Amino acid sequence: MISFFKKRKKNYPDFWVQYASKFETKLPTELQKVRFVVLDTETTGFDYDNDRILSIGALSLQNNTIAINQSFEVFLDQHFYHAKNIEIHGIMQEENKERITEIEALMFFLEFIEDSILVAHHAGFDIKMINEALKRHGMPNLKNKVLDTSILYKRTLIKSPLLIPQEQYTLDQLAEKFDISTKDRHTALGDAYITAIAFIKIVEKLKSTKNFSVKKLWR
Amino acid sequence: MKNTISFRVADFIKNYPPFNEIKLKDLEELSQEIKIIYKVRDAVIFDEDEKAHEYFYMVHKGAVALSRNADNEIVDLCDEGDIFGLRPLMANEDYKIGAKAYEESILYAIPISNFKVFTKSREGVSNFLMESFASNTRNPYSVGRKGKLFQESPEISVTPPTNDLLDLQSVNYSKKLVSCAPDATIKAVATNMTKKKVGAMLVLKDKLPSGIITDKDLRNKIATGKFPITARAKDIMSSPVITYPTKMTLAQAQMAMMKSGISHLCLTQDGTPNTEAIGIISKHDIMLELGNNPAVLMKAINRARKLKKIKRIRHSIMSLLKGYLAQNIPLTLISKIITELNDACIKRVINISLNKIDSTPPVKFAWLALGSQGRSEQLLHTDQDNALIFEDVPEDELGNTKKYFIELSKRVTKGLHEIGYEYCPAEMMASNPEWCLSLTEWKERTQHWITNPGKDEVLLSSIFFDYNHTYGNQDLVQQLTAHILSTTQKYPIFFVHLASGALQNPSPSGFFRSFLVEEDGAHKDFFDLKRRALMPLVEGARVLVLSNQVKSINNTAERFEKLAEIEPNNQELFLACSYATKALLKFRTKQGLLHNDSGRFISLDTLSKEEKIKLKRTFKTIKELQELLKIRFKVANLVG
Repeated sequence: MISFFKKRKKNYPDFWVQYASKFETKLPTELQKVRFVVLDTETTGFDYDNDRILSIGALSLQNNTIAINQSFEVFLDQHFYHAKNIEIHGIMQEENKERITEIEALMFFLEFIEDSILVAHHAGFDIKMINEALKRHGMPNLKNKVLDTSILYKRTLIKSPLLIPQEQYTLDQLAEKFDISTKDRHTALGDAYITAIAFIKIVEKLKSTKNFSVKKLWR
Repeated sequence: MKNTISFRVADFIKNYPPFNEIKLKDLEELSQEIKIIYKVRDAVIFDEDEKAHEYFYMVHKGAVALSRNADNEIVDLCDEGDIFGLRPLMANEDYKIGAKAYEESILYAIPISNFKVFTKSREGVSNFLMESFASNTRNPYSVGRKGKLFQESPEISVTPPTNDLLDLQSVNYSKKLVSCAPDATIKAVATNMTKKKVGAMLVLKDKLPSGIITDKDLRNKIATGKFPITARAKDIMSSPVITYPTKMTLAQAQMAMMKSGISHLCLTQDGTPNTEAIGIISKHDIMLELGNNPAVLMKAINRARKLKKIKRIRHSIMSLLKGYLAQNIPLTLISKIITELNDACIKRVINISLNKIDSTPPVKFAWLALGSQGRSEQLLHTDQDNALIFEDVPEDELGNTKKYFIELSKRVTKGLHEIGYEYCPAEMMASNPEWCLSLTEWKERTQHWITNPGKDEVLLSSIFFDYNHTYGNQDLVQQLTAHILSTTQKYPIFFVHLASGALQNPSPSGFFRSFLVEEDGAHKDFFDLKRRALMPLVEGARVLVLSNQVKSINNTAERFEKLAEIEPNNQELFLACSYATKALLKFRTKQGLLHNDSGRFISLDTLSKEEKIKLKRTFKTIKELQELLKIRFKVANLVG
């Protein structure tokens, strides 16, 4: 009877098992010990079913420090390239980047992120794209906690009748508010860097609010 | 792994010594190992006596103050591109000097183990580091000391340049030479000097200095009729030019000018007139270096072409302010001077922004400072609150006109941010379409606030009505003021609301005359000087002045003085209010300078008994003022 309810143990690849095992330990409660992975993906478009990831950029952020040698940037070899997308993201098809397969990219990515908190701007999109890719290769969704800077930012705004918050804030708006250079915009790692600096500044602002705790960040 | 970020870092550091001596390929390699660190303002990077880090640092954004614990005096302020924390590179010992983020900053931490190869292989690198370390000045090339970094291990002690040693500082000279050929016409020379806003022009022949023309030459030789206006540069120039080498201290430069009775020195490659001219030092440059004179600062602001330059001048304004406060100069005078200088900075930023836009403004406009800047009470860097009025245009042009001014305002607010004004958290800035309106639109808006005085409207008008013209057309501003005064006259109920708004700020002292401190948030247990003490005075003054139809006095202390004049029976109270305002403002400024913040929140245990008594004395005045407002505007009826 019990075994009936138990989830059927699937045969996941070793790297997934390895990744999943990282979640057995609890996350630290002190903010400076928490490792955040700030990421961005460039894709062929916005359709979860038909579009594909072209590159993933991610960097590791801990105690307000980004170690450049702990950053992650891969370019994927995807069969169908939408010509129209190339303009938006500036990723040229013929560009001389070493490209790897989707499954390799996922493997490296899971190894890189471990159980860190993932941070992205409009995170829902990036995470969904990655989850779709995982699904294609027979794996479940990412297990990490996720934070979205487009939502977090709104929490820093003062409550004033004079300020009507927008529904959405773009990464460009955040860069403007926080005075971050938009060089390398529209490359995955470049956008991840902008997101990371914005994220640090947002958290610093939130930290000075009433009863701040690490847990409240992802509530 | 080389990636987008490491390239980006390499691209930045390559512009600054010592990295400019290193090949880009090597820098890209090195950049992979760099860490990017974010520090909030006042965060410690390392303490005096702390164990050496494995990194040394470069400021990417913001500023870092180096100081010693003993006197807490800032030894050096490192700006974007400056390096610090070099001790572990030089010697295996603890830091002798502490480093703290002076503003919110982004730093690059460069691993010493990866960097050391360059110090050995490149002499330029090791020389620069050596000099940086020894002198702690930002421009160590000029110190003129040579030494090898690693062959010998010299005893180096950090000797911070104190003010007494200022004379020994190297001189900063302008490297952009304004020059002309010997055959240039006088008219061209004078035109160019006017355009570049300089007092002297070098006459160059084959790049070698052959003479100099100063304002004085134009006056003495042309205006007197000695030479015709058709004369050439070579006819009136002073020649030969007195030349000096570029490595020169302030004291040397001053002496040289005094010795020859001249106001400009020409610097050449080897110090003789036979090598290429490199720069020019004027008396003005020296005055600026020696600092703290408002007239010199003002001149420097008006000449500044880059925001970065203005930012540096603002540091000087702050030290000027510090000096004034230390000398106990009356606050009215201090705030006049500082406000003038701040205004000039804002004007300059607007000018720079206007120059950057291709087209000229379609119609007349005026830039308004709101809030504390508008009241001339902004002594420290605080938020920017501003608005823009433009002349009325036909309806079909309104969209485009507004677009232009919003674009301009975006540049200006960004520029102001760059020189140290934080963005207004409530977006009360001219770059926000709500605060960038035509005269008619402004009239309608203010009329709406006055005739529908809800909570928000009262809040908006209380912020807006302290506006002050900073730039552009005065007439637009006066028209708006006249409109507001006549409208308030028709709707006296507005004053009741404004007065009740003024009474909403919590009172400064509790039942037993103890200080009321904040109960929660980041400033728990601090006393909110702005909200509890200054704001009631500011708001009280505003409503009283408006109801008395007094035009164009914005400063709170001055408003009370005026009120004392208008209402002799309340003279004593109003003068006390004026005094209290000044005392509180001075207090806030001192606190702000002490803690490098806005001075708004005060930790009570850092105050002396005397300071506390002084503060409490002002509270009594505030209470009396609030009573007067309650009775005069019959606020009780409204609230009750």
